[in-house]
Amino acid sequence: MRAVIWISEETWMPCVRHAQELLPARAEVTLLHVAPSDVEELAAGGPAGLLGRRRPPRPPHERDLRAVSDAEARQILEAARDLLGRDCALAARRGRVEREVVAACADADLLVAARDGARKLGPKSLGPRARFIVDHAPCTVVLVWPEDPPGIDTIPPPPPHRGDTGH
Amino acid sequence: MSEATALVVLALSLAAAVTGSRWAPDWAVAVGGAVLLVALGVTSVTGARHALASFAPTIGFLAALLVLGDGCRRSGLFEALGSTMAIGSRGRPRRLLALVFAAAAGTTVVLSLDATVVLLTPIVFATAAGLRLSSRPHVYACSHLANTASLLLPVSNLTNLLAFHASGLSFTRFAALMALPWLAGLAIEWIVLTRAFRPELLPTSAQAPDPERSRPLPRFALAVLALTLVGFAASSLIGIAPVWVATLAALVMTARERPQLSEVVRAAQPGFLAFVLALAVIVTAASAHGLSSAVDSLLPGGSGLLALVAIAAIGAVLANLVNNLPATLIVLPVVATGGAGPVLAMLIGVNIGPNVTYVGSLATLLWRRIVHAHDETVDIAEFVRLGALTVVPALVACTVCLWLALQVV
Repeated sequence: MRAVIWISEETWMPCVRHAQELLPARAEVTLLHVAPSDVEELAAGGPAGLLGRRRPPRPPHERDLRAVSDAEARQILEAARDLLGRDCALAARRGRVEREVVAACADADLLVAARDGARKLGPKSLGPRARFIVDHAPCTVVLVWPEDPPGIDTIPPPPPHRGDTGH
Repeated sequence: MSEATALVVLALSLAAAVTGSRWAPDWAVAVGGAVLLVALGVTSVTGARHALASFAPTIGFLAALLVLGDGCRRSGLFEALGSTMAIGSRGRPRRLLALVFAAAAGTTVVLSLDATVVLLTPIVFATAAGLRLSSRPHVYACSHLANTASLLLPVSNLTNLLAFHASGLSFTRFAALMALPWLAGLAIEWIVLTRAFRPELLPTSAQAPDPERSRPLPRFALAVLALTLVGFAASSLIGIAPVWVATLAALVMTARERPQLSEVVRAAQPGFLAFVLALAVIVTAASAHGLSSAVDSLLPGGSGLLALVAIAAIGAVLANLVNNLPATLIVLPVVATGGAGPVLAMLIGVNIGPNVTYVGSLATLLWRRIVHAHDETVDIAEFVRLGALTVVPALVACTVCLWLALQVV
């Protein structure tokens, strides 16, 4: 069994903890981190809007930002491996996060991912990334709550049957 | 014919600035264009000399601010801000965002939006990454506040500096009139950004940073900046031009940091100063040949609330079409005849407006897309969506606040 665990800044700890409990010992585990390249582009692209200014000499080269971002990815993956406490592969990708996560699951049997989004109940309980991953992942997806799952008493009362209204 | 020539020269200068080509630097194209306009008789030597004389004090002011900002960078101010934000955040993303708001607003107000975009944003990116937090909300906040927080002081944005000279306002009156709009702009940015990035701002499992690794804030640079602000406020009371306060501050920081002369010259960005001066000559020529009357027919008269909102909206649209620097040069002569209200409303438009297109204008945006076509595809839809969400309410709220301030102050 090949399993991928999506490591994101917001939700990596609960994902790893659930994976510890769920994954059989013989599973081949890959920890996956995806750096969103558009944030670097935003940070580095700002000076382009400053019309006529000299291109900044040293600090915000995209390469520098990428080095910062690569180092952060490595640290977070290593911290996740320590928490998981078993042999696993580390994979760092960059690009559009949801698409990279799905692409990294091409040969996987299972993906462990956390819910993102506003964490409220209802049709928008998943953010756009988790929504895309759940819809397009080519494998089984285990969807983890980042915190305690909501109790059964949080379900609102059912809406009235359509036929009941007005009669 | 003269109008067409002036407009072509203006378009070529802007194109050179947007594309940033090495073999045709923007300042050379603009200076060459301005000389050509004089040679062809589109603008007279007297007219050009008059434009140069009227913009020269602003350019001197700008040079002093650029050198002051560079001195602050040398003193390690921005790295220290990064470490102070990291420790103050205690690893909590919402706290970090509040500190980024304070740092970005403060940097923009005192050292102008250039400092926030060029010097602070990379530090904020690295600070969030160092805390293992998503840097997205924090980088967005920096990039938005570089524009929105640049309303407060004449020194916060080059557009303000140009308008300040033309408006005849004192430094303190400018700040007093813009204080309420500035606060309204910050409040709207906070509300929209914290809602848009709610998932990224929830408490995470990130570790609190190690205070041992903190870098102390450079007290000398902070003291110079504080005294500079006091000096700006006092300048109008004792009747000296604020440019001398900025010059003194730049000299003090230079004496302290002792960079080489060539580094000071580079920090002052002579090419940029020449570009702005040449652009001023070109726009003055274009204005004299019909551009002014065209803009005049577009802008409403008076300084009632609706007129101010319309001026701000037109400023915002123009700033997105051609970047806010040329937009200011084009609109300023027309609104300056209407007094302080229309000038400040235009500033609200040209300063906040560029938040719609993340690199300041559609032209730059399109050009970057062409240049980066073979790179990773960058999703700018999110920026444009967030920009539109903040710009429209901010324009309205800030202009209403300006109108209120004009009644009171």
